[in-house]
Amino acid sequence: MTTEVLGARVKRVEDARFITGSGRYLDDIQLPGMTHMAILRSPYAHANIRSVDVSAAKAMPGVIAVFIGADIPYNPLPMAWPAGGASGLQNNVNTPRALATDSVKWTGEGVAAVVAETAEQAVDALEAISVDWEPLPAVVDAEKATQPGAPQLHENAPSNVVFEWAVGDKPATDKAIDEGEVVIRQRLVNQRLIPNAMEVRGDIGWYNPGTDEYTIWMSSQTPHIQRLLLTAFVTGIPEHKVRCISPDVGGAFGSKIFCYADMALVMFASKAIGGRPVKWVETRRENYQSTIHGRDHVTYLEVAATRDGEVTGLRVKTYANLGGRLSTIGPGIPTTLYGRILSGPYKIPAVHCEVTGVYTNTTFVDAYRGAGRPEATYVVERAMDLVADELGIDPAEIRRRNFLPPDAFPYDNPSGLLTAVNGSKLYIDSGNYEPALDKALGMIGYGDIAARKAGAKARGKLLGVGLSTYIEVCGVAPSKWIGAVGEGWGAAMWESCNIKVHLTGKVVVTMGTQPQGQGHETTFAQIVAHELGVPMEDVLVQHSDTQGTPFGYGSYGSRTSNVGSGAAIKAAGKIREKARQYAAFMLEASADDIEVEGAEYRVKGSPDKKKTIQEIAFALDLAFETPEGMEPYLDETSYHDTDNCTFPFGTHIALVEIDEETGQVDLVRYVAVDDVGNKINPMIVDGQLHGGIAQGVGQALWEGAVYSEDGQLLTGSMLDYALPKASRLPSFELDQTVTPSPVNPLGVKGVGEAGTIASTAAVANAVIDALSPLGIRHLDMPYTPPKVWAAIQA
Amino acid sequence: MAEHIALVVNGERKELDVEPRRLLVQVLREDLGLTGTHVGCDTSQCGACTVLVDGDAMKSCTMLAVQADGAQVTTIEGMAAADGTLHPLQEAFRDNHGLQCGFCTPGMIMAAADLLAREADPDEAAIRHAIEGNVCRCTGYHNIVAAIRDAAGRGSPAGTSA
Repeated sequence: MTTEVLGARVKRVEDARFITGSGRYLDDIQLPGMTHMAILRSPYAHANIRSVDVSAAKAMPGVIAVFIGADIPYNPLPMAWPAGGASGLQNNVNTPRALATDSVKWTGEGVAAVVAETAEQAVDALEAISVDWEPLPAVVDAEKATQPGAPQLHENAPSNVVFEWAVGDKPATDKAIDEGEVVIRQRLVNQRLIPNAMEVRGDIGWYNPGTDEYTIWMSSQTPHIQRLLLTAFVTGIPEHKVRCISPDVGGAFGSKIFCYADMALVMFASKAIGGRPVKWVETRRENYQSTIHGRDHVTYLEVAATRDGEVTGLRVKTYANLGGRLSTIGPGIPTTLYGRILSGPYKIPAVHCEVTGVYTNTTFVDAYRGAGRPEATYVVERAMDLVADELGIDPAEIRRRNFLPPDAFPYDNPSGLLTAVNGSKLYIDSGNYEPALDKALGMIGYGDIAARKAGAKARGKLLGVGLSTYIEVCGVAPSKWIGAVGEGWGAAMWESCNIKVHLTGKVVVTMGTQPQGQGHETTFAQIVAHELGVPMEDVLVQHSDTQGTPFGYGSYGSRTSNVGSGAAIKAAGKIREKARQYAAFMLEASADDIEVEGAEYRVKGSPDKKKTIQEIAFALDLAFETPEGMEPYLDETSYHDTDNCTFPFGTHIALVEIDEETGQVDLVRYVAVDDVGNKINPMIVDGQLHGGIAQGVGQALWEGAVYSEDGQLLTGSMLDYALPKASRLPSFELDQTVTPSPVNPLGVKGVGEAGTIASTAAVANAVIDALSPLGIRHLDMPYTPPKVWAAIQA
Repeated sequence: MAEHIALVVNGERKELDVEPRRLLVQVLREDLGLTGTHVGCDTSQCGACTVLVDGDAMKSCTMLAVQADGAQVTTIEGMAAADGTLHPLQEAFRDNHGLQCGFCTPGMIMAAADLLAREADPDEAAIRHAIEGNVCRCTGYHNIVAAIRDAAGRGSPAGTSA
């Protein structure tokens, strides 16, 4: 018997290369004859391009070629997730081209590209390109952009509106608000964030003239999807002529899901220069300007409740800033992944949400860790605290009174939660929210908070405690829902796995999923080792190369452990079944009489008559003798779709202290009780929660992308954009409840985003709680010292 | 207009001609092939490029290669012993899940090595202060701090400067 690895805190197999400096990220790749590309980006947020003169740049040392938009015959990038829903399809689509042709819509949109012998020469030559600009008035605020007289970005989008979308029961919600015993109204800003994966994006394009094939190395979460989009939608190059490879990816958090202009550009450039590889790696400043941003909502919240604290209605109007052109799934984030889950874990009978997607002269906005769900959680968790504050009821008690009870599942949310327009419907499948709340309250010592507030006050500190009792929708699938016309992103959402047991008994697993630091090479090896009864060190997990891995949709939306593991388990099941059939042949028994335990295939009642999976693989892979109709080799593939999403939940509690003199907020303690179902590797689950929590805390306390009125990104570098630092965070206190998901054979739910979804609201509520003795009911994030100090003084 | 420099990198003497404008990190990565040292920003904020220069943690993007003439430079590739035995920090990062995507990890380990060389048994606050110049977006620092605490408990391996 091998040691049980499934569910164990197994050390990661990836780490050996990362701790020794042997990881291989995009910029580490050097190819023979490789050239370097740099992109000239717009200094204006909004301008027409009268002309571009590249003649001087072409004469610069080392320059091989210079391209402008008109040189490139490709289509604009695709937009794959229109906002649909009750109001139907109505998306005024404008997406970027490989390089802008007539106009630019944000500072940082690409206008020209130089390919040179060295990266330095390419950058130097950018300086020699002359663009005749016609600057235009710009608008950066989504609400202002819809007002009469605002600068117009696109002819097909009057008032800069991309879509107007709504979900829920409007008459019922209007009635609930009209008749509410108490009604609270609040404007909430969920500020724009920059994802900040530590590795910036980059691509290497290589056109092979001998085979007429392209290879693109890309720092991407979705190499299979990119091959599909770049071929079928952008370039027209046949799909089978393109291979996409993601090497080690240094973090992504959503920002590397998408189809970017540079991917098409390196393909075009490599062919144009005769087939030398072309490498492009963005600078951090470029990353801030031209890789997606996240969030950026302005929301008008109205919440009605009884005097007993029962929430009776939630009416939400949100302006979602989508940037100057649309990113790949930009409209899907503030609609499907936001409006449909606004009621969270609560039994709110009437919910209505209207969202207006808006063009502004800013970088495009798309999925950033949590993607819609942190924004929804922030709205409903602030709403709960606003109700609690209004009624003088404890915030924990308010939540308790409104939780869905454990017998409410499967639950069909009245906001039209998960109904696609084709009628395909999903339900919240499971949940039991109070135990997590109780556990977290116990951990933080909730009963002592009043005394601790008094103690802190004596030290000149305002102490606050904040709750976030979240749910999330993750394990993004199934295809029937996500791909439904008018709601989905026009693609399926299954996952894939191939398993080969080679002649020597060693196992190679290839996945369609795509890690960015989550440890898939470890967790899938744990699963397959468990399923086949082989030592984990005999299992190698491969991914990230469209040549040699089955098509997969990649990793985002906390979907890999749910959907991907389903594929791995099914493929392993097929391997076991074929091995059982062949064991029967080897042992001269009926297949029905073969029982499987771990790696052993035995004849029932004759325990000495047995073969191991390694012996079976050796014989079947050689196939000197096979039964009639059986193909050689233990090699099986599965494509797995799920019946439902998964619904992790939990309670996070933040404890903050605010210095009354300076307004500085310190996060003193952070407690998180999460129910992510069963765990493949608890060590990795904890790590995902830690990182997710820190990112959400970052939004509450420090982070925010800021534009000037004329569209210059003022937070244009890490010097200006405040990321969470080790010195400003505590260690996190984690615990769990375990409600296995019924969706997945392992009972797992997914954990990549839970921390971020929960933590922003917990910290925000803690800060407002600390400030509430001063009569402050709400303050928009981030809670920087100047902002908090000003609020204290006001 | 290349300048001739000589430096010792991971115990090996290297002589090379470099353009004066080139940064130490560029020479390490591009001329010496030591790609374990990463570049994460343009403004010396992220710390992914941290190496040891004459024993001190240094962001190798803040230093011209010509300024390293005559220096002893240690990168992540030089942390394990010649026989492949990992440095206690490398072991501790793996054992404590102190890394996820691995991009900040080399710089983080080098910054921690500098700390442990100065302070054998730092507390959590001292560790958090010491790695303030190194940004990690994956771990929330929780397990990085645990790893450095753990490594401190294991002591420095004989014969290494870090």
